[in-house]
Amino acid sequence: MISNPGTFSLGYEPQVDFGTPEAVSDISVTLTIDGRAVEVPAGTTVMRAAALVGASIPKLCATDNLASFGSCRLCLVEVDGMRGTPASCTTPVAEGMSVHTQTPRLAKLRKGVMELYISDHPLDCLTCSANNDCELQDQAAAVGLRDVRYGYGGANHLGEAADRSNPYFDFDPSKCIACSRCVRACDEVQGTFALTMDGRGFASKISAGQTADDFLSSECVSCGACVQACPTATLQEKAVKEIGLPERAVVTTCAYCGVGCTFRAEMRGEQLVRMVPWKDGKANRGHSCVKGRFAWGYANHADRITTPMIRESIDEPWREVGWDEAIGFAAERLLSIKAEHGARALGGITSSRCTNEETFLVQKLVRAGFGTNNVDTCARVCHSPTGYGLKTTFGTSAGTQDFDSVMQADVILVIGANPTDAHPVFASRMKRRLRQGAKLIVIDPRRIDLVRSPHIEAAYHLPLQPGTNVAVLTAMAHVIVTEGLADEAFVRERCDWDEFSDWAAFVANPRHSPEVLEAVTRVPAPDLRAAARLFATGGNGAVYYGLGVTEHSQGSSTVMAIANLAMATGNIGRPGVGVNPLRGQNNVQGACDMGSFPHELSGYRHVSDDTARALFEADWGVTLDPEPGLRIPNMLDAALDGSFRAIYIQGEDILQSDPNTHHVAKGLAAMDCVIVHDLFLNETANYAHVFLPGSTFLEKDGTFTNAERRIQPVRKVMEPANGPKGGGYEDWQVTQLLANAMGLGWSYTHASQIMDEVARLTPSFAGVSFARLDQCGSLQWPINAEYPDGAPVMHVDGFSGGGPNGNGRGKFVVTDYVPTDEKTGPRYPLLLTTGRILSHYNVGAQTRRTGNTIWHPEDLLEMHPADADNRGFKSGDWARLASRTGETTLRVSVTDKVAPGVVYTTFHHPQTQANVVTTEYSDWATNCPEYKVTAVQVTPSNGPTDWQEDYREQSLRSRRIAVPMTVAEAAE
Amino acid sequence: MDIGQLRHMVEQIARNFAVQGHEKAVAATADHIVRFWEPRMKAAIVAQSGALSPIARGAIELLARGVEPPSQTHATEFEAGGSDAG
Repeated sequence: MISNPGTFSLGYEPQVDFGTPEAVSDISVTLTIDGRAVEVPAGTTVMRAAALVGASIPKLCATDNLASFGSCRLCLVEVDGMRGTPASCTTPVAEGMSVHTQTPRLAKLRKGVMELYISDHPLDCLTCSANNDCELQDQAAAVGLRDVRYGYGGANHLGEAADRSNPYFDFDPSKCIACSRCVRACDEVQGTFALTMDGRGFASKISAGQTADDFLSSECVSCGACVQACPTATLQEKAVKEIGLPERAVVTTCAYCGVGCTFRAEMRGEQLVRMVPWKDGKANRGHSCVKGRFAWGYANHADRITTPMIRESIDEPWREVGWDEAIGFAAERLLSIKAEHGARALGGITSSRCTNEETFLVQKLVRAGFGTNNVDTCARVCHSPTGYGLKTTFGTSAGTQDFDSVMQADVILVIGANPTDAHPVFASRMKRRLRQGAKLIVIDPRRIDLVRSPHIEAAYHLPLQPGTNVAVLTAMAHVIVTEGLADEAFVRERCDWDEFSDWAAFVANPRHSPEVLEAVTRVPAPDLRAAARLFATGGNGAVYYGLGVTEHSQGSSTVMAIANLAMATGNIGRPGVGVNPLRGQNNVQGACDMGSFPHELSGYRHVSDDTARALFEADWGVTLDPEPGLRIPNMLDAALDGSFRAIYIQGEDILQSDPNTHHVAKGLAAMDCVIVHDLFLNETANYAHVFLPGSTFLEKDGTFTNAERRIQPVRKVMEPANGPKGGGYEDWQVTQLLANAMGLGWSYTHASQIMDEVARLTPSFAGVSFARLDQCGSLQWPINAEYPDGAPVMHVDGFSGGGPNGNGRGKFVVTDYVPTDEKTGPRYPLLLTTGRILSHYNVGAQTRRTGNTIWHPEDLLEMHPADADNRGFKSGDWARLASRTGETTLRVSVTDKVAPGVVYTTFHHPQTQANVVTTEYSDWATNCPEYKVTAVQVTPSNGPTDWQEDYREQSLRSRRIAVPMTVAEAAE
Repeated sequence: MDIGQLRHMVEQIARNFAVQGHEKAVAATADHIVRFWEPRMKAAIVAQSGALSPIARGAIELLARGVEPPSQTHATEFEAGGSDAG
């Protein structure tokens, strides 16, 4: 076993807290702390310098992810030649300074301060949930407090009522010491500003929202930063109260969104007690969101299926069987379909929620075992246009930066992304940079929260008509080129000048001016001009984009238009700039890297490339098909004509997540063998013949790769639930069982061996191993001889691709605006666009099985007041949402966040199935579905449609599990 | 395969390459299909007999003659073992 758990499997001790944030400076300062010399960057506080040499200065209001505050008066020190006893947390170091942290004078002062704190604090330490995990308790011990001379009879706050409204943590003000750490964490770390210190002096009290609010009704987004910051039991996880303190911690990577936060999974035996963000995590820097920190209860939810199941046909109830029988049944069906209809009748879908190792094995099973390239992944429906667009322009699909880069951006352009909901931890970093003064441009049909939130206001919000991204970006390019704002020096040095000239001539055509295109985009031309000027001239310009860019008929074109804009303004190849796709699922980057696309082997090498194929053929001992395979929508089309008959789906719910639900259902129903490998009987499983129970990210070893191309370890903290203790299987083991039942003879005994194979076969992963990841914590690919430690920023010296020019130059691509075929008209006059919400993840299979449903129990349809008035809607009314492909019902929420003519909903709940109305239209280059533009009509409704009723009934029917016969019944 | 769907796809590709001029757009459309379409999709579109736009028709004629144009964009260029992304 290569993985060395010693480094990352810790005792329970919290991470070291240096008291104040790290200072960055080229100047270093030397001082002595209790006689010990220490050299630190200028600007470091005395408290941090002391912590660095191991001196322990008592503190309560200070913690190293918050700015110095200086309120608790416990961290006083004496400094030679300085009067008084300055607070070490607010005193910067100076050359030659001599600091004393423990003197009789300080001991007396500190004891006096602590005595005051404790005089208004309950003495229920033994029964307190924070017992032994309480900074107040520790500091009382540290200062040697022995009695409280004031007694406890005076005015106090001991009888305050607790606020238990949040599903995950309690607020007990009777234990509060008014240190403001929670308020500051909410402001500085999360950037929500939901908490405040209400009142003054003795009446000071932490308050969430307005007077009448509790935590749940306030603006609080339940990120948990306040809970983490609290030095007492005032803000504490309910789980700690229920379970008790953890006894060990294992560093692992979150299985929600593409930010890839790393956490300490704090365990008590095999019971997870809490997830605490890992301060050394380079993606999240010690922060988290409500999903990653709290919404892990699905792992033990009663709905979880832990026994394999099979059935002859989808009309029958499921039959629980042993692993051998289920795997044998599946393999026999796959082999007989292959024998009868050929290898191309089989296929598979890899999971962007599973590890790199698991994904790699599924595509290996399909290519080497099934004998076809019919393998695809959910990136098909999210970021496949990023792959196409960035490869065409930059030579590689890679996002160009790391997340830290945003802290050096001067102008941030957010297009088709809603980071505060979909990538909340990164959004908090972005908001921090915006509060420091960076300018923000938002291009989005909706007024997303970033446009205006506490201490943040976008310089420009361009509320475009859905489907006109290319027109808007071309108009921006028009302004930049015609006003002479392009960075020609950069273009001459780094790009092909002739291609730039062709592109510049195209965008400069008067028909691409903002004034002309306003008729199409509905973006006021003066705003668009001003935004373009700001982006071109405002310093480091960084583009962040999401599925609002890719999920269109021209998704790939929009990505190329963004790349053109970045190159034309010289915003590539250094920190603070770049083109940054915000990937959706935790491992969607990794799933693509691992060769999940039907035309590519791992490392993005085309299946027709003889050299690449030969490498795999030699390693795997098989012959590979040199022709591209089917994409997900093509598989469904082929199923309807009978030429595609079997599919192995790991960790995806295509029935709910893919567009045009009726079409997906018909395709699945037409197949002879559908194998679903998942945690729950998801919607797709309604059409499955074999159900293989999966394992959660807590139950497996492996790696995820986040949106920064950062490969991070996933570490097993408990045994897989899909078998007896110690007899369950990680998902890669299940794939191996199936492969071996089909005669492939695999013999992996640990996930690390799969990564070794990936490294052996994939140039950009050549230097990756579990041992290396344990050593470095994480690595950003490429990791090879050229980049032994990975590449935080791409294209520093030249663009990656050889390309048609073969010279490593960026390629400008003319992107002509081609309107989508999806048009509004008299029958369907509104445009529907879809998105996500903070508390839920993707199809909601996980988050709907947690306390997060309290924030979002159902999908709502956002509609502008003008459209609502026309139709007689008020918020809460039931509405029928219909397009040419289908209809559903849901409740209306009237809001001016959306423009007139545009409606918006989420797709987290199967009862709504927003994808019943989305269409089969897709990106021209990659078939990424056009989720973001559907012509619809909305009319009043009394309740669910017939389809919804039928579907609910069908779901119940298809989820039946046969009750095994008792011995007596069997004997009859 | 649903030939209507395939026709829509090829027309979409053709329309997006059209800005490059007829000849290049024909080659790029053909190149795209060669590199990204599965054999039964290629066979179906070559066999189809409906009306197509000039670029789409040109591309299909190339495919029917077994011509595989050289890579027309970075997107269809996969240098052996060298590309670190796609």
